Amino acid sequence: MQQKKIVHPYIPNSVPEVKAAMLREVGAQSIEEFYADIPPALRLQGRLNLPEPLLSEAELIRHVDGLLNKNRSTREMLSFLGAGCYQHQVPAVCDEINSRGEFLTAYAGDPYEDHGRFQALFEYESMMGELLNMDVVNVPTYDGFQATATALRMACRITGRTLVLLPLNMSADKFSKVEAYLRPDIAIRRLPFEPQSGRLDLSALQAALDERVAAVYFENPTYLGLLETQADQISTLAHAAGALAVVGVNPISLGVIRPPVEYGGDIVCGDIQPLGIHMYYGGGHGGFIATNDDPKFVMEFPSRLFGIAPTAVEGEYGFGDVAYERTSFALREKGKEWVGTAAALWGITAGVYLALMGPQGMVEIGEGLMQRCRYLMQKLAAIPGLRLPFYETPHFTEFVVNFDATGKTAAQVNQALLANDIFGGKDLSGEFPALGQSLLMCVSEVHTQADLDRLAETLQEVLK
Amino acid sequence: MKPIAPKPSPRRFHQARWDEPIIFELSQPGQRGVLLPPVEAGIRQQVGNPAQALPEALRRVVPPALPEMSQIHVLRHYARLSQENLGVDLNIDIGQGTCTMKYSPKVNDQLARTPKLTELHPLQDEATVQGILEIMYRMEQIFREISGLERVTFQPSAGSAAIFANICMLRAYHESRGQGRQRDQVVTTIFSHPSNAAAAKVAGYEVITLYPDEDGYVQPEALQAVVSERTAGLIITNPEDTGIFNPRIAEMVEIVHRAGGLCIYDQANANGLLGITRAREAGFDACQFNLHKTFSTPHGCGGPGGAACCVNEKLAPFLPVPTVEFDGQKYFLDFNRPQSIGKVRPFYGVAQSILRAYAWIMSLGADGLREASEVAVLNNNYLLKKVLEIRGVSAPYARGKRRIEQVRYSWEQLTRETGVTSEEIEIRVTDFGMHYWTSHHPFVVPEPMTLEPTESYSKADMDEYVAVLRQIAEEAYTNPQIVKTAPHNSTIHRIQHEPLDRPDEWAVTWRAYLRKTGRA
Repeated sequence: MQQKKIVHPYIPNSVPEVKAAMLREVGAQSIEEFYADIPPALRLQGRLNLPEPLLSEAELIRHVDGLLNKNRSTREMLSFLGAGCYQHQVPAVCDEINSRGEFLTAYAGDPYEDHGRFQALFEYESMMGELLNMDVVNVPTYDGFQATATALRMACRITGRTLVLLPLNMSADKFSKVEAYLRPDIAIRRLPFEPQSGRLDLSALQAALDERVAAVYFENPTYLGLLETQADQISTLAHAAGALAVVGVNPISLGVIRPPVEYGGDIVCGDIQPLGIHMYYGGGHGGFIATNDDPKFVMEFPSRLFGIAPTAVEGEYGFGDVAYERTSFALREKGKEWVGTAAALWGITAGVYLALMGPQGMVEIGEGLMQRCRYLMQKLAAIPGLRLPFYETPHFTEFVVNFDATGKTAAQVNQALLANDIFGGKDLSGEFPALGQSLLMCVSEVHTQADLDRLAETLQEVLK
Repeated sequence: MKPIAPKPSPRRFHQARWDEPIIFELSQPGQRGVLLPPVEAGIRQQVGNPAQALPEALRRVVPPALPEMSQIHVLRHYARLSQENLGVDLNIDIGQGTCTMKYSPKVNDQLARTPKLTELHPLQDEATVQGILEIMYRMEQIFREISGLERVTFQPSAGSAAIFANICMLRAYHESRGQGRQRDQVVTTIFSHPSNAAAAKVAGYEVITLYPDEDGYVQPEALQAVVSERTAGLIITNPEDTGIFNPRIAEMVEIVHRAGGLCIYDQANANGLLGITRAREAGFDACQFNLHKTFSTPHGCGGPGGAACCVNEKLAPFLPVPTVEFDGQKYFLDFNRPQSIGKVRPFYGVAQSILRAYAWIMSLGADGLREASEVAVLNNNYLLKKVLEIRGVSAPYARGKRRIEQVRYSWEQLTRETGVTSEEIEIRVTDFGMHYWTSHHPFVVPEPMTLEPTESYSKADMDEYVAVLRQIAEEAYTNPQIVKTAPHNSTIHRIQHEPLDRPDEWAVTWRAYLRKTGRA
C-alpha cells in the first residue's frame, strides 16, 4: 500500500495545502461532508483491490509495452484477413490530423468555439456525398453494423411497413446485431444466394416480395467478396413491391464501382474503416448512412446531420444541426432511435483520406485491388485441390477459397500458414457450413506480387 | 525596458480565424495528395484491368468529384480547422457538464499508437494477440472490482451503445423466464441521460419517466406507484445530471426487485464515486461506465469512445460474444455462450480506448482513483460556492446541500431581470476561449447551465472560469447587447439557423448547397 501522499500530475488540486484552502473556502471540515447523501450501507468498506500503480511514465510504458509486445501485427506477418476489417495503407496525414489535441480532445462544443469540428465533419459528409453520389450523409454512427440496423429501421418508418429481407450471404455477426436491433417490432426474412455465382437468388426475392416488405437489404460487394452484378434488378424488384432498396457498400470500392444510388439504392450504408483508419484490433470502425435529399428520408435519420448556414458576416460559413428536432437529444424516447458519442474522429479522418486520395487515387486503389484480387484468385485456382466457388463472378478485394478436396480443414490450413508467418483468411466453416472448409481471403494495396506469389507457393507447399 | 503590465482577467482571447474555404474550393486539377504502390507488370499482364471489364451497370463511369490537392494543402487545411476548435488540451473545459472533460494523458495516446495495436487484425490467431487479450482480461478484473459485479464486457462502442447492450441483456433475461411479453415497461428519470429512455424504446419498451420532487430527489414512492408486473427494469443515473445523489437508491432497487424487474445503474456520472460507492452495494444487477468520461480516454470530437457493461450472475449468461477468458496459460475468446445476446458491435470493442483506460487506471491505482474522485467532488463544491456568488444564478434543488461531481445551475433570475438567456451566455462564453453547455432537453431547470470541473482543473482554472461568468453576468445587467450580439472574438459571427430547419434550404453536403443556391 502506498503510504506517502502523492501529488499526482493528473490532479492539480491534490496538493494538500490547496485542498485545505478550498475546504476552508467552502466551509467544510473534510471531503467526507460532500458525500453526506450516500448512506453508510452504500459506502464501499476499505479500498478497491486493484494492482499497485505505476506512477511514472517510464514504469507505465515498460509495463504496457511489455504486454503489447506479445502481439504480432500485420506489419510483421503477411496477412490476407478481411471480413469487415481491412488492412490498407493509412496516409501519415490522417494520423497527424486525428492526433491533434484540438480534435482529439474536443467533444460536443457549439458551432462557435468548435467551428473546425463542424466544418471538418460537413466536409466529410460532402466528400462521402461525392463518393456515393447522394446529397445527405450522416455524422458517423458507431460502425457499419449499426448503420445497417438503423438504415433498416429508417426504411420501416419511411414505408410504414414492418418486414425486411436480408440476404443469407451477409456476415453472421452483422446479422446478429441487426436482428437484436430490429426484434421488437420488425420481422426478418432471409433470402438465399445462388450457389454457383454467389449472387442473390432473384426468383426467391421475387417470391418473398409483397406489400408487407419495407426493405430489401443487399451488399455490393457482398461479405463473400463478389459483386452483385444484378444489383439494378434487385432494386427494380424491390421498388415494384413498394419496398426500399437498402445497400451495404465498401466505400473504398466506389472509385470504380457504380454508387448504389445509380442502380436504385434508396438508403446506402457501410463502414468507413477502410478510409484511412487503422484496424486497431477492431477498434477502427465508423458507420455511414446516406440518402437523397428528400425530407421524408432526412427526417428519419437518428444521427446528427451538420449543415452549412450563413452568418451575420457576408462571406463567412457557419454550420449547425439540420432538423435537430428529430433526435433523442431533443425528444428523448420520442426522437428517432438515439444519438450519442459514436465515431466523429473517424469521420474527420475519412474526410482527410478522401481529400488526399482525390478522384484519381480512388480510381487507382479500386483498380489495383481488383487486379490483385483476380491475380491471386487465378494463382490459387491453379493449385490442385483448391476450388474457388464463385470464380466466374467479378470480385472486388475478397474471395472464398475451398479446401474440401485437400483433406485439410480451413483451420488446419490457417495453422500451416501461420507457421510460415502468414495470416490466411477467415475460417467460414462455422458461419457458412454449406461452403464446406473454406477461407475468406482478402488482398490489399500493400501486397506486392511477390507477397501474392508467396501465399500461393506456401499453400502449395503445406497442402502437399 | 519598462516592466510589461500583468495579464488582465479575464484574458484577452481571440480564437483562430483562418477564414478557411470549404475543401472543394481548394481543389487544383491534377494535384495529388498521396501516391499508391504500383501494380506490377506481372499482375497487369496476367489479369488486365478487371475494373474496366465490369458490366456497364456496375462500372463507375465518372470518377467521384473529390477535391484534387497536394499533400501539404490537405494538411494545412485541416491543421487550420483544428485551430478553430477547442478541446481539453486548450480550454478550461469545465463547462461541458455530464461529459467529464478530464485530461487525457499523452503517454496513453502514445501507447495506443504502436503498430502492435494499430496494425492488429481482429481475426488474427489468438496466439498472436495475447498482449491485447491480456489487457482486456485484466480490465475485466479491474471493472469487476470498481463495480462490484461479476462479469464485464467492453464490446459496446460508447455510453449509449452500452445502455442498449444492458437493456438487451435485460430483455433476454425476461425472455428466458417466459416473461418477455409481460414485462414491457422500463422506468427511468428525467435527469438521466436521454439515451436511457431512447434506447429502452428501441428495445421495444414503453418508457416511464419519473420527475424529482421539489427538492430534486426522485422518491421511492413515485417509483412504487408505477412499478408492476409489467416492469422489466429501472435504468437510472445516480447522481443525476443535477449532481444530487439519491440517498434512497437502494430502496428503489428493492421496489423493482420485489416486482420481478432488474435494475441498471447508468454510471455516466461516476467520476465522484470511484472507490466510494458501487453498483453492488446499492443492489444493482448491471451498470455501464463510459471509458471516455470517467476513465480519461479522449472524446475525439464525439467518439470513438469506449464503454464497460458490468453485470451480475443473473445477466452474465446473456453477455455479448465473445468474452475474453484465461485458461491458466493463454488468453482466448469464448464464443460458446448459447444464451448470449450476440453482437453489439463488430469484433470486441474499441481496443485503443480499452488500452488507454487501462493505462490511466494503472497510473493511478486504487488510491489515485479515489483521489481523482475526491478532488473532482471538492472542485465541484468549490465551484458551486463561487458560481453562487454571481448575481442572477442559482442552483435549483437540494438547497444548502453539497453536490457530488456536477451541478445544473439556472440563470432564471438573470433572464427575468435582464432578458439575457442561458443560450446567449453560452455563445458569449466562447469569446473568452471557453465553452459551456446548457442541458439536455427538455429544459426542466429553466435557463440551465451544467458545469462539471472534474479533478483535472486547478483552483486557478476554476477562478478564471468564474471570473468570465461573473463578467458576462455584469454585462447582462449593464450592457446586455454585448451578450446578445456575441460572439465577438470567435472564428465566426452569429449563425443564421433558420435554413437548417427548412427542407428547401438545408444542405448537409456541399453538393446540396451548390444545387440549392443555384451554383451547381
